Amino acid sequence: MATFLEKLGNIDRRIIFIMMALAVIIPLSIRMSLPIPIGEGPSKDMYDAVEALPSGSRVLLSFDYDPSTMPELQPMAIALVQHLMTKDIKIVSMALWPMGVSLGNEALIAVSDSLGREEYVDWVNLGYKTGGGVLIVRLGSDIKSVFPVDYDGNPVDDMPVMDGVNKLGDFEMIISLSAGDPGVPAWVMMAGDRYNIPIGGGCTAVSAPQFYPYLSTGQMIGLLGGLKGAADYETMVRIGVENAPAGTATPGMAAQSVAHLVIMIFIILGNISYLAGKKKKGRVK
Amino acid sequence: MNWTVLGIWLGALLSLSLYSFLYRDNPFYKFAEHLFVGMSAGYWVIYTIKNVLIPNWWDNLVPAEGGMQPIWLIPGFLGLFMILRVVPKLSGLSRMSLSLIVGTGAGLSMTAMLQTNALAQVNGTIIALGQGGGWFDWVSNIIIVTGVVCGLVYFFFSKAHTGIVGRTANVGITILMVAFGASFGYTVMARISLLIGQTQFMLFEWLPTMGIHL
Repeated sequence: MATFLEKLGNIDRRIIFIMMALAVIIPLSIRMSLPIPIGEGPSKDMYDAVEALPSGSRVLLSFDYDPSTMPELQPMAIALVQHLMTKDIKIVSMALWPMGVSLGNEALIAVSDSLGREEYVDWVNLGYKTGGGVLIVRLGSDIKSVFPVDYDGNPVDDMPVMDGVNKLGDFEMIISLSAGDPGVPAWVMMAGDRYNIPIGGGCTAVSAPQFYPYLSTGQMIGLLGGLKGAADYETMVRIGVENAPAGTATPGMAAQSVAHLVIMIFIILGNISYLAGKKKKGRVK
Repeated sequence: MNWTVLGIWLGALLSLSLYSFLYRDNPFYKFAEHLFVGMSAGYWVIYTIKNVLIPNWWDNLVPAEGGMQPIWLIPGFLGLFMILRVVPKLSGLSRMSLSLIVGTGAGLSMTAMLQTNALAQVNGTIIALGQGGGWFDWVSNIIIVTGVVCGLVYFFFSKAHTGIVGRTANVGITILMVAFGASFGYTVMARISLLIGQTQFMLFEWLPTMGIHL
């Protein structure tokens, strides 16, 4: 028995890769679905904060990511834009990452077209500017000098969506979808704490633990962490909406759960094998 | 030719080439890796010129309405100095640009960093144990306070970690291990999410181009 367990500990890593691949492919192929319970938590806080905004409010949405983190952050972007536009909240978007502009544009155009919203009236994409934290400080005093024209080169002064928007303090909320730096920490530091503007966000699962302290201190109003956060938000946005388009995060969560189960089984087997080997060595001594 | 289908096939074949490394190193993986590095470098150069340099610098230096704004030559020269790092005799000039970046960054973020990541966090730790009301809040608040105190004791090196100090430090390292475990769990979730994203692309975008609909 001990020999079998020891062999289990030295299992070929390629077998583990195959098991992991199957754990992801099979649930996606059979469109397996698992319930996503939504209770108290940072995702619900984020949803409630957006839900509490009155119609006509203005939100700054910053797309601070690139294609390498699309599977986690793009579903969040789509769900957030859908929620904001459904509530008739005006979106002014920008990016602290160069590639975030086009990814944000994809989400904005797709949702805007499906809901019949109008560019420059209901939303605008200002584009990317370099500078990170320095840029945010400048936005705090004068947005239109930093972004005199939008992503397509149109003057922002002529846009109805920018009426009355001159500085960060004119927004009811700032939301950053962040894959790293600059992203959520820069917005919390340079906008939230400095100008006292509510900051919400979404981030990759890797960076989620470092933002939890901001939630407990109230420096952030809510947080969507990784694919789970995206699936939570998709689920909440779809509740009560007939024929709502399906997102990609919710179907992915079933595969995520099965993959986690496989990893846990391998960790348990590895530990059993290790303990069996240790016990055998003790007997030999 | 349908360019979308071609793009999907290129994406799928390159993904498979990269995943083939999981079996062993091979020419397909090497090809995909080198192609990615070369393409990324080329793409970024063009993207940066078109979306950063032209709108943020050139359009300000030479505005569309005419005339030249000489003040914008200063950031132009500072940017040029950074590139001069590749010329050994002139590489010293890049220090001027770097010192400006470091000085501005440090000055701007020093107080903000202290306020956001130190003072606000300390303030968040000074809580009444009964704050929140329920028993869960009680337990959470006790864990926060105990965790912070014991964690700080673990990083206090001016006294040997023996006796009560040692036991407190042990609690601190245990709490740190729990935090690292939670962080690792999130990291696993992130990596699996990327695999899921790529698998969704293969199953629902690539396979349909061959008439296979799942």
